[in-house]
Amino acid sequence: MRFDGTRDYVATEDLKVAVNAAATLRRPLLIKGEPGTGKTVLATEVAKAMGAPLIEWHIKSTTKAQQGLYEYDAVSRLRDSQLGDERVHDISNYIKRGKLWEAFTAEQTPILLVDEIDKADIEFPNDLLQELDRMEFFVYETGETVRAKERPIIIITSNNEKELPDAFLRRCFFHYIQFPDAETMQEIIDVHFPDIQKELVKEALSIFFDMREVPGLKKKPSTSELLDWLKLLMHEDLPLEVLKSRDPKKLIPPLHGALLKNEQDVMLFEKLAFINRREGRQ
Amino acid sequence: MFLNFFTELRAARIPVSLKEHLTLLEALKSDVIGKRVEEFYYLSRSTYVKDEAMLDRFDQVFGKVFNGLETSFDQETAEVPDEWLKQLAEAVFSEEEMKAIEEKGFDEIMEELKKRLDEQEGRHEGGNKWIGTGGKSPFGNSGYNPAGVRIGGKGGQGRAIKVWEKRAFKDLNDDVEIGTRNIKVALRRLRKFARDGAQEELDLDSTIRGTANKGYLDIVMRPERRNAVKVLIFFDIGGSMDGHIRTCEELFSAASSEFKNMEYFYFHNMPYEAVWKDNKRRWSERIPTFDILHKYPHDYKLIFVGDASMSPYEVSYPGGSVEHWNEEPGEVWLRRMTDVYHSAVWLNPIPEKHWQYGQSVQMIKTLMENRMYPLTLGGIEEAMRTLTRSH
Repeated sequence: MRFDGTRDYVATEDLKVAVNAAATLRRPLLIKGEPGTGKTVLATEVAKAMGAPLIEWHIKSTTKAQQGLYEYDAVSRLRDSQLGDERVHDISNYIKRGKLWEAFTAEQTPILLVDEIDKADIEFPNDLLQELDRMEFFVYETGETVRAKERPIIIITSNNEKELPDAFLRRCFFHYIQFPDAETMQEIIDVHFPDIQKELVKEALSIFFDMREVPGLKKKPSTSELLDWLKLLMHEDLPLEVLKSRDPKKLIPPLHGALLKNEQDVMLFEKLAFINRREGRQ
Repeated sequence: MFLNFFTELRAARIPVSLKEHLTLLEALKSDVIGKRVEEFYYLSRSTYVKDEAMLDRFDQVFGKVFNGLETSFDQETAEVPDEWLKQLAEAVFSEEEMKAIEEKGFDEIMEELKKRLDEQEGRHEGGNKWIGTGGKSPFGNSGYNPAGVRIGGKGGQGRAIKVWEKRAFKDLNDDVEIGTRNIKVALRRLRKFARDGAQEELDLDSTIRGTANKGYLDIVMRPERRNAVKVLIFFDIGGSMDGHIRTCEELFSAASSEFKNMEYFYFHNMPYEAVWKDNKRRWSERIPTFDILHKYPHDYKLIFVGDASMSPYEVSYPGGSVEHWNEEPGEVWLRRMTDVYHSAVWLNPIPEKHWQYGQSVQMIKTLMENRMYPLTLGGIEEAMRTLTRSH
């Protein structure tokens, strides 16, 4: 199983090496990077490329490590016992399998996506150390050990909100998705909008990279925002001249709502436009 | 295999362990990558480095081990404008030589310059790619350290710069980038969860236990769990701090949203007998420092933010303040405050390497028992760690 990018996803060479190393040695791959650089999408695309099923586990601040293994539904067992249901005698009827269990027992080697692991409690990664290392865990209620038939390929994403423990990091491969340079960005756009006008893209790209250079932006626009913006531009069918004009009076690009998500950033741009206009008059 | 690389990484304080080294060997054995050195670079990077702040340092070590470059990762290699190098070249070469070289282009100048410097100082044997002027300091007046100035790889010979030589991750070094969100993450280290206040959350475990014990539904409530750490922040304002306003603003906004129990005050240069909360009314509405010491209990954490750059008299003499007549010297007040609040730190927006040049910085650092940290992400994290340790 090798990953070489897909039709819809442009993978840089270092990313391919990292994914292939993780897939060959079956160690978890930890992905970090700016928001909107395609961390989560990576898992979907790896699954697609390898023809493997994808199991997604989205982490929230309330998620516990145990929920990934299994949960014991005591309440419904209590209710069933009141109603005299036959199922009540077998405790395994009330064990709900978690995502890790699902991944360990899947027929075909799956890709397990643990999305935004940093959202959970600080202790969360530590609670999963053994499980990720040995790929097995013990179910106390039934006394059975769940062991992975074949070690799943695990992709973990993090937004750096919390530092992850060293012991956890040691077990992972790590890749930091860098913000794509202009060349890679062009490739990404070609993949998403094959029939878009070349000129339009060129203008849009240069506006986009200029915007990222503006100092003091709270949230720099990222790849996913650029793709949204292009979609809008195509939909509105704006004449190319509008983008091209680069009129100092209109510093704010058309349909900027897709790129700037923060009213302070929009204000900053308006201020810059105002300064430009004043300078233009002199 | 590659043990040398491994020890070099550890020497560069990149936290790698034997486990990662074995993983790398295992990956090599199972033919994850081809025979190209770039692929080996990518593989070893993703095995050894787990923190994007370390990527730049890794690139440097990799370059050193596999290319035989001499690098020093403690010294920041300054980006030197071309004009300065040209000026340096003018100092070294005669006019005719300059003209001759100019026809060849800038890269050639650099080649020549390198040769010339080698000859003059006799310490650059072996044709290194780096110019380290060491003792001679041509840029001394401008206040830049020329040691380790890098002059563009193997330019002029038509060879592409290698991936790790690009050092594309330089921006992510953890003492450079700073922003509200990053500061918040750093401040989060200072957390002390406690349950106090109104009881508004259902305590499920106690409820079940209570119900089982009593035989009827016994609902137990408890207060919500929240960050109970209490912080006093003192900002130095005005004068030499004007250049650091942006960083201070970011720290302030991050701190006020992260700490629920936070009080802030302003002072100028040194905290004396009074501080203020509104800079516009700094003369009319002053708060006596004694009132603060009496009002807030000693379990508050104390954070000073200031450049600690002033006349040494302000620290150690009565009447040393630039703004008013102070009966007692600044150090007395600082000591009084740190006596009441044992866990205290001083965050200094001036880069750490410049501290040694300021007498007052050294004095205050000693007064703070060395608990002075630079106002960078790394510095804030370390400061928060100190605050968590001491009680």
